[in-house]
Amino acid sequence: MTSLLVIIVLGLLAIALWQLTKIFDLTQVGVVNDDTQVANDKDNDIQGYLMFGFLAFIYIFTIYGLLKWGPLVLHTPASAHGPELDSLMNVTWLVIFFVQGLTQILLHYFAFKYRGKKEQKALYFSDSNKLEIIWSAIPAVVLAVLILYGLYAWNDIMFIDKDEETIEIELYAQQFNWKARYSGTDNVLGKANVRYIEGVNAVGVDLSDPNAQDDIVVTELHIPKGKKIHFKMRSQDVLHSAYMPHFRAQMNVVPGMVTEFAYTPIYTSDEYRDMPFMVEKVANINKIRAEKSIELVANGETALDPYTFDYLLLCNKICGASHYNMQMKIIVDTPEDYKKWLSDKPTVAQEVKTATVKPADDSKPIGNDSTMVKDSKIVAQVTTK
Amino acid sequence: MSASAIDHSNDHAHDHDHEHHHKDTFITKYIFSIDHKMIAKQYLITGILMGIIGVAISLLFRLQLAWPEQSFKIFSIVLGDSYAPNGVMANDRYLALVTIHGTIMVFFVLTAALSGTFSNLLIPLQIGARDMASGFLNMVSYWLFFTSSIIMVSSLFVESGPASAGWTIYPPLSALEQAIPGSGMGMTLWLVSMAVFIASSLMGSLNYIVTVINLRTKGMSMTRLPLTIWAFFVTAIIGVISFPVLLSAALLLIMDRSFGTSFFLSDIYIAGEVLHYQGGSPVLFEHLFWFLGHPEVYIILLPALGITSEVIATNSRKPIFGYRAMIMSILAIAFLSTIVWGHHMFISGMNPFLGSVFTFTTLLIAIPSAVKAFNYITTLWKGNLQLNPAMLFSIGLVSTFITGGLTGIILGDSTLDINVHDTYFVVAHFHLVMGISALYGMFAGIYHWYPKMFKRMLNKNLGYIHFWVTAICAYGVFFPMHFIGLAGLPRRYYTNTNFPLFDDLQNVNVLITMFALVGGAFQLVFIYNFFSSIFYGKKTVQNPWKSNTLEWTAPIEHIHGNWPGEIPHVHRWPYDYSKPGHEDDFVPQNVPMKEGEEQLHH
Repeated sequence: MTSLLVIIVLGLLAIALWQLTKIFDLTQVGVVNDDTQVANDKDNDIQGYLMFGFLAFIYIFTIYGLLKWGPLVLHTPASAHGPELDSLMNVTWLVIFFVQGLTQILLHYFAFKYRGKKEQKALYFSDSNKLEIIWSAIPAVVLAVLILYGLYAWNDIMFIDKDEETIEIELYAQQFNWKARYSGTDNVLGKANVRYIEGVNAVGVDLSDPNAQDDIVVTELHIPKGKKIHFKMRSQDVLHSAYMPHFRAQMNVVPGMVTEFAYTPIYTSDEYRDMPFMVEKVANINKIRAEKSIELVANGETALDPYTFDYLLLCNKICGASHYNMQMKIIVDTPEDYKKWLSDKPTVAQEVKTATVKPADDSKPIGNDSTMVKDSKIVAQVTTK
Repeated sequence: MSASAIDHSNDHAHDHDHEHHHKDTFITKYIFSIDHKMIAKQYLITGILMGIIGVAISLLFRLQLAWPEQSFKIFSIVLGDSYAPNGVMANDRYLALVTIHGTIMVFFVLTAALSGTFSNLLIPLQIGARDMASGFLNMVSYWLFFTSSIIMVSSLFVESGPASAGWTIYPPLSALEQAIPGSGMGMTLWLVSMAVFIASSLMGSLNYIVTVINLRTKGMSMTRLPLTIWAFFVTAIIGVISFPVLLSAALLLIMDRSFGTSFFLSDIYIAGEVLHYQGGSPVLFEHLFWFLGHPEVYIILLPALGITSEVIATNSRKPIFGYRAMIMSILAIAFLSTIVWGHHMFISGMNPFLGSVFTFTTLLIAIPSAVKAFNYITTLWKGNLQLNPAMLFSIGLVSTFITGGLTGIILGDSTLDINVHDTYFVVAHFHLVMGISALYGMFAGIYHWYPKMFKRMLNKNLGYIHFWVTAICAYGVFFPMHFIGLAGLPRRYYTNTNFPLFDDLQNVNVLITMFALVGGAFQLVFIYNFFSSIFYGKKTVQNPWKSNTLEWTAPIEHIHGNWPGEIPHVHRWPYDYSKPGHEDDFVPQNVPMKEGEEQLHH
């Protein structure tokens, strides 16, 4: 059906093209002896007006876009540092729209205004140090402000204060899913390396490390509102990227090293769902899904489930064939609910014990593991600096 | 500088014997030619063919994005069963197509074809030289480019698929066959092709540099060079500095893949087993890749800006505004381009302090870019604009360069990059600022110098149609992408249907694909115009655009050695358009100064 549509569109285009050539040919009627293929006054006139028209196109398209697609853009940030980032973004947008608006007008208006005419002569004007200085200095000043503002925010977001109380959670990436490891009551993640992966110990926790005894691995990320979460990220195979758009957070996950990002969620999932903009967005999405479902059912397929909003962790670095479906749900709980949720999760140590009949000694990996752990630690320290 | 040009003038004395000792056979004239004009045409036509492949691929995956996982007849026909079983594009092959689209467009079309064509055509003609410094090296450079093109295209037919790790080929994905099928034979061919390509690029660049330094005609001081030559010259320098780094990255990757070294790999557990790699880091690869990758953006863009400078000045019948500022901007951009690569890696896991440094250098580069844009606009002011197709594409370039460049302020700012990194916002940004802009520059160059290359004119009305539809569709495709990117939609997703969150973006994707299909279809107008005009175009006059530069003083008929008799000497800068005191509104560079004529300090 759609391929037919495409063919029809292409056919119509061909006709449109043919007609356009004819129109352009007709505009040439009466021009005597002019097939030099160099623009003449008539061409300049037509093209000059079209340039002006194009300016209108840019403006109308921009305004249309802002009205129609503006509401699609990520709304209220759900993390403590989010508003700072968003206000920097808004300031930057002001600068961009101002410059864009002004320069596009000048460019296209000049193209229209000074379109060539036989009797017209261009001004021999080739240089002005004053102008050059002005338009080097203005961007320099504006950019200096943006740079300073940006660096201030960047330091704020990226450098994690060692003394600050945080909850340590490991995000673990593999083709094509995410896992999360909680550090348990001691709030220290146990050592881990891919060489310890075996059976239910899917993220390679070093079970001989005392800190690892209370570690918990889950496939759905729960975090408490109002606490700073310190994510430490590991990948077992290729590059991934932990992208949490609603929290304005993203960090690549790199095999062989530990990367970090920290933020404080400020709205629980329920609170965020109830925000007016989100209610509206979800209603709209459900409308789209309902329409699509009717079509699907008509074709004998199953209807789509209605959608409720959840925060998401997406993979945002090309990681293989199913990269497009590597996601994990994030639930922001109140601190009480979070505690309750976490309390009945089994630790990795318990899981391994119940899963294997063999004693724990046999699950030790082959090779010199102490150096391996040391290595990965050194890399991790470099990144925390 | 001018002294060196004069020193070399006596070199030309023995140039005369160049002209009549060649008996060209078909092979020496059209295939293994060492004449720069023929090599330019070879580059151009190879580049156009690669461009057709690159654009066609993008249209195919745009269909998949608009109507995900639907069966298309066209997929079965063009792609066949291994790419699209039952006409539904396979998910790993989607990534393969994205990868090859990026590779072909960035390296084969916008680097080799754009620079290769116009550097080859214009450097000898505009500086007044008989040919390149080494015609043989030039020929080898083209044939290596051709070989690498063939290898890259042939990788499309490998059974396990071509390289699929994105055009940036980050390991471990690109290093491990277990991670994605395309990282087997397909990636090997990709790496071989790129190694050959880099050799080609280096030979070309060295030749351009040597030619510009040594073979300028008498009177052609560096500050009388047309801005095209300045752009090609500086581009070649950046290429020589940065391409070898990509070669070393590629070599190390080959070693990791084939010889078990661990430059980029460490602690990997895949397909149920632990691999032996230990101690390497993918971040190192990212550094090496982007050390080329970012200058590469300017290797693409600077020639387009150089062409635009020339075309805008000629068609405005006005000197380019701020000639010296333009040169300074080119130099500043070239310098800064080598120290900003880290802005591709703000969230790669490198030390955040580095992020601060790269934010600073990145935003600095906006200043010379802004100067260039303002200078173009001022050149139009009070001109007498001859709106030829080449001029329209140049104005279009300034427009997309500004639109695309401005969003760079967001992406270059580490803080803001966190949330738009690798989303469609990035796709929109770089396609406008370097993809579309450079393509416009290339089209401007083709429309402007077509008569010089093929002795015939392109049809202007077809050119007008080509421009306007392309201009509207380019904005139509990439403008909406900003919004879906800001909505958090990641790039390189085969389909977004697994995220109900993105359901409301689907109709935007359909619109984008529509614009892409229309824009793509209208490139056929250009292809038709290009190839039919070679044979049936209107015969050109010697200087159709009434331009000042030296190439238009050479006869229409191509001869080896470019000028019969003596090489013209240069007496003025190339931008004496509408100079008071002259009858015509242009004064070619080889016209001596009148007595008492005022000379600007160029």
